[in-house]
Amino acid sequence: MSAEPDEPTRAAAIAAARESYGRLLSWLARQWRDIAAAEDALAEAFATALTCWPRDGVPASPEGWLMTAAKRNLLKMARRRRRDEDPAMTVLFPTEHDEAPAPVAVPDDRLRLMFVCAHPAIDPGVRSALMLQTVLGLDAVRIAQAFLVSGEAMTKRLVRAKAKIKATGIRFEEPERDDVPARLDAVLDAIYGAYTLHWGQADDAASRALAEEALFLAELAAAQLPDDAEAMGLLAMILFCEARHPARLDAQGEFVPLDQQDPNRWDAGRIDRANVLLARAAVHHDPGPFQIEAAIQSAHCHRLQAMSTPWSDIAWLYERLLALHPSIGARIGHAVAVAQATGDPAAGLRLLDQIDGKTLQVHQPWVAARAHLLAAMPGRQADAVKAYRHALALTREPALQRHLARQIDALRRPLH
Amino acid sequence: MEFVLTFNQPVEEIERHDDPQQGPAAMEPWKAYMGEMAAAGVMRGGNRLAPPWTATTVRSRGGQRMVQDGPFADTKELAAGYVVIDVASLDEALKWAEKSPSTAIGSTEVRPVARPPQ
Repeated sequence: MSAEPDEPTRAAAIAAARESYGRLLSWLARQWRDIAAAEDALAEAFATALTCWPRDGVPASPEGWLMTAAKRNLLKMARRRRRDEDPAMTVLFPTEHDEAPAPVAVPDDRLRLMFVCAHPAIDPGVRSALMLQTVLGLDAVRIAQAFLVSGEAMTKRLVRAKAKIKATGIRFEEPERDDVPARLDAVLDAIYGAYTLHWGQADDAASRALAEEALFLAELAAAQLPDDAEAMGLLAMILFCEARHPARLDAQGEFVPLDQQDPNRWDAGRIDRANVLLARAAVHHDPGPFQIEAAIQSAHCHRLQAMSTPWSDIAWLYERLLALHPSIGARIGHAVAVAQATGDPAAGLRLLDQIDGKTLQVHQPWVAARAHLLAAMPGRQADAVKAYRHALALTREPALQRHLARQIDALRRPLH
Repeated sequence: MEFVLTFNQPVEEIERHDDPQQGPAAMEPWKAYMGEMAAAGVMRGGNRLAPPWTATTVRSRGGQRMVQDGPFADTKELAAGYVVIDVASLDEALKWAEKSPSTAIGSTEVRPVARPPQ
């Protein structure tokens, strides 16, 4: 046996820690109705474990051990605040010196915690961050990097969101029947938000780790909502995108556009799984934006079996997506697909120029799509160069910058 | 006559009250102020409000409920608490309002409780 754990072992260990963290925190937060206090107690329990386990050996039930330790910490903290007369607490914690590890598995309250994080009274802009922190235990500084804000600003927003949950007593219960669809959408939107955070950022280890964390949240939601077609759709969409990630850069670290990627470098296992999920979702006859987005990604993966990309199918799927859930991203995707399907870049360009939005001129995907279509139009090379330069200035990702610079060079060469 | 005094505070002051270290010291002038009103027998009730970031605003239009994070108006000064006092006149109510710690850094709104038309 090697001293260094191999990749699957390491991944399993990380997954187990994530599982435990989210399960323990959700349970503690639900019992205590105070996420911040539960986080402090759990952090202390993990710290104690780091000193106790190497000395005394790993307990038979690590989760039970951590739960007992965290409960004891919560009680100590409450005593410190002289609230030991609170009857609710006496019921919850009959004895402070309850040393025996919990005999039963920790109930899984993570979905309830996700519902709390995505409650309509919580600022939509902080929901993804709150889930990443509470369900996965990511620290505020790392979340702040992904959101491109300072650690201090992110800490403040998270602290305030938790203060609100505590002060207003947002219930850790299943939402009322009428509220379920909207609340489910909010949970899935927040996971989608967590996943798309890394788009447009440097493709480094930190951004990869964030994508994997979001994938884990999507797995969790799909596992806990086995009859929800959109939860399956979201998971499938993320799996398709992640499956193609290894082919995004070539051996030299240069960016490869989707239609030029080598399908042999895609993760066929993940693509298979995503296709099965999408088929299972379709059985529910409850189409939604995530299933359609997943279907579009599935179509982009067709080159794994066939030689070509089914562009007219993709254009049709974008039309359905736009009818259900119009967004700038979908309109851009639609314009490009129409140009490809009809072989007429001018048709795509017209669709792009019909989009209106205040910040469109600095929206990198829009500028890049325009450049791409202009480059294919005779007599528009100078406009294409201008648009590519603009797109280059709007991206932070070095590999993408080099790719755009090469497009500019290729267009300028015939002019000299 | 009953008046409601609403204590509007700058956000920084509300943050100071919410801070575990600075909070107790920030409360001292308020305790003295409330004590004075209670001793004078004018106080009918009142409450300190949780910070504005715990607020939620609800609107309903055409049967559609819209729930939004945050206070109704996101202004520089926000309500931090209120009291109901029973005094003889507006002038007396204004005197009590002037003494409030909020008046020196924020503002205090004085409004009579509506009475049914006679």
